[in-house]
Amino acid sequence: MTQDGYRKPLPSPAPESRRYWEGCKQHELWLPFCRSCDKFYFYPREFCPSCFGWDIEWRQASGRGTIYTFAIQHRAWHPGWEDEVPYVTALVQLDEGPRLYTNIVGVDPDPAQIRCDMPVEVVFDDVTEEVTLPKFRPVAT
Amino acid sequence: MTDQEKASLFKKIAIVGADESDEIGIVPHKSTLQLHAEAARNALDDAGLALSEVDGIFSAGSAGWSPTLQLAEYLGIQPRYTDSTSVGGSSFVIDVEHAAAAIAAGLIDVALITHGESGASGGRRGGSARPALDPWHPAAQFEMPYHVGGAPTHYPMACMRHMHQYGTTHEQLAEIAVATRKWAMLNPKAMMRDPITIDDVLSSRWITYPFHLLDCCLVTDAGGAVVITSAERARDCKKKPVYMLGSGEATTHQTIASMPDLTTTPASISGPRAFAMAGVRHEDIDVVEVYDSFTYTALVTLEALGFCKPGEGGAFVSGQRTAPGGDFPMNTNGGGLSYTHPGMYGMFLLIEATRQLRGECGERQVAGAKLACVNGTGGTLSSTGTLILGAD
Repeated sequence: MTQDGYRKPLPSPAPESRRYWEGCKQHELWLPFCRSCDKFYFYPREFCPSCFGWDIEWRQASGRGTIYTFAIQHRAWHPGWEDEVPYVTALVQLDEGPRLYTNIVGVDPDPAQIRCDMPVEVVFDDVTEEVTLPKFRPVAT
Repeated sequence: MTDQEKASLFKKIAIVGADESDEIGIVPHKSTLQLHAEAARNALDDAGLALSEVDGIFSAGSAGWSPTLQLAEYLGIQPRYTDSTSVGGSSFVIDVEHAAAAIAAGLIDVALITHGESGASGGRRGGSARPALDPWHPAAQFEMPYHVGGAPTHYPMACMRHMHQYGTTHEQLAEIAVATRKWAMLNPKAMMRDPITIDDVLSSRWITYPFHLLDCCLVTDAGGAVVITSAERARDCKKKPVYMLGSGEATTHQTIASMPDLTTTPASISGPRAFAMAGVRHEDIDVVEVYDSFTYTALVTLEALGFCKPGEGGAFVSGQRTAPGGDFPMNTNGGGLSYTHPGMYGMFLLIEATRQLRGECGERQVAGAKLACVNGTGGTLSSTGTLILGAD
């Protein structure tokens, strides 16, 4: 889809989160990692929100996780979603620990089809030439 | 400050005036500041105090930059102390603790906390409740590309996790909507006064699953104000003082993706502080006024405050326990669900608790109410203020 045709808000990558967005464009999920705490965190900043330590690095994540929770949006609160309601918003708990706010795709927006703790995997949606959004779909069992 | 030191605020101040603006509901012909001013005049009249005696002003409520500057100028006063604490609908409840600290420290004598908000009508005249975010703000980067929507679209995610973890049901949530409507039917100022049933709630349309329309609060225009002074001075005011016996404030996150545990609220922190300061037990409380932006907000707040255990809120509210005649009177004005909710509701919890403790509530009066628990919730279940209020 072209940028002209895309009607939803696009992220404006901040310098402190550029590595994340560059990774998405390569269809890879990269997360900030605190060397002192020995754990991943999200969202990106140049320090760890657990210990306020600034000794951090970026590491690639598996792209796998579970649905911590979800909701089915029946109303478009923004014109970009007018043709898509109902759609699913979710917090995905990555296997590496952090939670991401995202959309669940590849499944009907039906509470009988989606449940908390369901395994999911990342899919990359190239919404414009510049921006790729990570979304998640149920893992086939 | 330790909790013990903070306990020095026990019974140091009292609410001496409380009232709404002249009109609440759909009030398209009045500005937000006009709603503030009407409520301020009414609350000061209620206290028997003059605006010229107010030396501290507290408010989160007004669209745009610096609510207390806008308000002080509009009212025509030059207060020596202002506090624009803005952490959502809980702000006004938290303001009571802040005002208590300022009064106890001798910085001010009379605090005026006001609210005015045109939640229903402001947009129609081109207003916007919240300023745009910095495009580099985390929510703009990591949330808005997936969804744009306010509280009605994020609180359901918390509720969904609660339902999954504890088996909380749609029917249990609906119990709160029905019970709260019964209180509204006893309040002439409430907007929604027709009876509803559990089935009405369950058959109302989805806003965001798992919330039906009738799980969600109203969107109205309204103003409200309370006047606070020292316990000593309160005894000379027009009406019976409503003392602050305990208070607590807590914040845990801003955006829902950073909420540590979606099945509770910061009231699990602010609540125990308030109860400890007041030195009272849950079973001592006569009336409970808790923020009900959604049925779920009230349910999870009862758990977080410790009225029941985590996960037991659904069973706790079943059988119309919180309705008139039930053994747990809650949200006796009809709440944000059925009375009024202009966008930030905390102020109206204070007004109703004050009226109940003074015995001014007519048909909906909880007989012999001496102790009230108030809990405001703000943001995305982000911030809370808990108060224990009491009358002699």
